[in-house]
Amino acid sequence: MAILLLAEHNNHSLSEETAKALTAAHLIGSDVDILVCGMKVQSIAENSAKLAGVRQVLIAEADYLAHQLAEPMAATIVELANNYDVIMAASTSIGKSVMPRVAAFLDLMQISDIIAVVTPDTFKRPIYAGNAIETVRANDYQKIITVRTASFAPTPQGNSAPIKTITPAPNPNLSSFVKEETNISDRPNLTSARVIVAGGRGFGSQEKFMELLIPLANKLGAAVGASRAAVDAGYAPNDWQIGQTGKIVAPKLYIAIGISGAIQHLAGIMDAQTIVAINKDEEAPIMHIADYALVGDLHHIIPELEKALL
Amino acid sequence: MKIIVAVKRVVDYNIKIRVKPDGTGVDLSHVKMSMNPFDEIAVEEAIRQKEVGKISEVVLVSIGSEAAQETLQVGLAMGADRAILVKTEEVLEPLAIAKTLKTIILEEKPTMVFLGKQAIDDESNQTGQMLAALLGWGQATFASHLNIEGHQAIITREVDGGTQTICLPLPVVMTTDLRLNEPRYTSLPNIIKAKKKPIEQKALADLCVDTRARLTVLNIEEPQSRQAGIKVANVAELVSALKKTSCI
Repeated sequence: MAILLLAEHNNHSLSEETAKALTAAHLIGSDVDILVCGMKVQSIAENSAKLAGVRQVLIAEADYLAHQLAEPMAATIVELANNYDVIMAASTSIGKSVMPRVAAFLDLMQISDIIAVVTPDTFKRPIYAGNAIETVRANDYQKIITVRTASFAPTPQGNSAPIKTITPAPNPNLSSFVKEETNISDRPNLTSARVIVAGGRGFGSQEKFMELLIPLANKLGAAVGASRAAVDAGYAPNDWQIGQTGKIVAPKLYIAIGISGAIQHLAGIMDAQTIVAINKDEEAPIMHIADYALVGDLHHIIPELEKALL
Repeated sequence: MKIIVAVKRVVDYNIKIRVKPDGTGVDLSHVKMSMNPFDEIAVEEAIRQKEVGKISEVVLVSIGSEAAQETLQVGLAMGADRAILVKTEEVLEPLAIAKTLKTIILEEKPTMVFLGKQAIDDESNQTGQMLAALLGWGQATFASHLNIEGHQAIITREVDGGTQTICLPLPVVMTTDLRLNEPRYTSLPNIIKAKKKPIEQKALADLCVDTRARLTVLNIEEPQSRQAGIKVANVAELVSALKKTSCI
C-alpha cells in the first residue's frame, strides 16, 4: 500500500509531529513517501529522509509554497494522488487546512484525527470532545487521513531514503501571505513536551499567571499551557490553550493548577500519563480524574512546590 | 454583497453525553440541542459585517431535520435576514454537506461563506475546506479577524505557534475560530420578530446531490476511563509520590 505523508515543518526544522504521524502510517502500510512542501526546505527533506522506514522523500519548492497556504499545497498533493492509496498528515493547523481540500478535489471523505489503526481501512477517532470513541471503516478506494499525533510515539531515525525533487502544481492564486506573528518561546513545545504545567482562571491575573507558573515550568523543564478561561481572560496567549479547541497533549506529567476541568479542557489531556490537579475546590471535576489531587490555594502551593523541587 | 452562513444543530456544548451501551451511537433523546458554538460566531461575524455596511444580506443555511428550524430561528433572532433549511432525516458526512451547500451557493451567489471551524459533535473540521475546494474558491480557516476591503478579504488565522494573516480575492470561504468575536444574546423582541422572517424549505432529494456515505461507523464506545487517583495532603506528599513514579 503506497502512502504519502505530508511533512510538518515551520520552514526551519522538521516537526516531531511528522515522526509521530509516520508511526501511524507504518501501521497502515509499508511504502511511505514523505512530501516536503515549502521554500528552501532541503535540510527538512534531509531530516525526513533519516526517519526509519521511509521509502523516499519528495521535495516541492516554490516561492508560493513558502508559507504553506492551503490552495497551492492541496493542488500539489492532488497532482501526486494517483500514485498513492493513502494520503496522510498530522492534525496540525496546516494538516487540518490542507487535507479536507485535497479530499474534496478527489471526491473522498477524510477520516479526521485518528487515534488508532485497527486495520488498514478501519480507524478509531474521538468525537464529542473525546467523550466517545468511534470506530470507522473507510469504503473509498483511496483514503485521506489526519493523525492525532498525541496518540502515537515518534518513529526513530536510522535511514537515508532517497530525495527526489518534484515540480509543484502552479499557484492557483487564491490567497497570498501578508504577515505572521509567532509567539517565541524557548521552552519545550506543548505538543511534544514531557512535562506540562497549565494554569486556569484560578490565577486571577496575567501577572500572577506569569509570575507563579513560569518559574515552576522552568524548574521542571516543562512547557506551559492554559485553559480556555485563562486565555479568554488574557492571562496567556491563544496558542497555549489546551483542550478540544486548542492543543491535544499527551505528556508524561500534566500539572493543572487553578483549572476546574470543563469537558472541553479534559478532552485535551485525557492521554496524559499522570495528571496532577492543584485546586482550592475539592469538588472541581479535574480533581476526580487526577492521579494526584492537592486541595489548597495555588498562591501558597506553587512557591512551596518550587522549593520542594530544589 | 451577500454572506451565507452554514449552521448546524448539535448537542449543547455543556452536556456530558452518554454512549449507548450497545455501541450504536450516542444517546441524543431528551438532550438539549443548540447551535454549534463556532457557527454562532460565524453568524455574529456576518451580522457585524452587515452592521458596518460591508454587506447587504445574511442568509443562513442548515441541513438536517425539521428540528433544525429552531437553530435557524436563533440565527434569525441574532439578526440574519432569512434562512434556508435543506431537509433530510439522514446524518450526512462533511463531504455530502459540502456538496449540498455548493448547490445552494451556486443559486444564491454570495460573496462570502462563513462556517464554524468544526462541529462539536463529529469534530471533523472538514466542511469549510471541502466547500472551498468544490467551489474553486480560496479558503481561510480558523479565522480570528476579518477585514473586507474592496474586492478582497484580509483575514488573520489562529495557527500553531501564533497567527498568520492572509489576503484573498473574493469570493471566499471562511471558517471561524473562538477568537473572532463574542456572539450576542438574542432579545425577546428579536426572537418574536424572527418568527416573521422567512425560512425556505428544500428537500435534499430534490437537489440531486451525491450524498452516499463513504465511511461506515462500526462502533461507538466510551473512552477508557482514568483510574481514580489519590488525594495528597500537602506538597511534600505530592513531590514524593511523583518521585516514586519517576515523573520528576
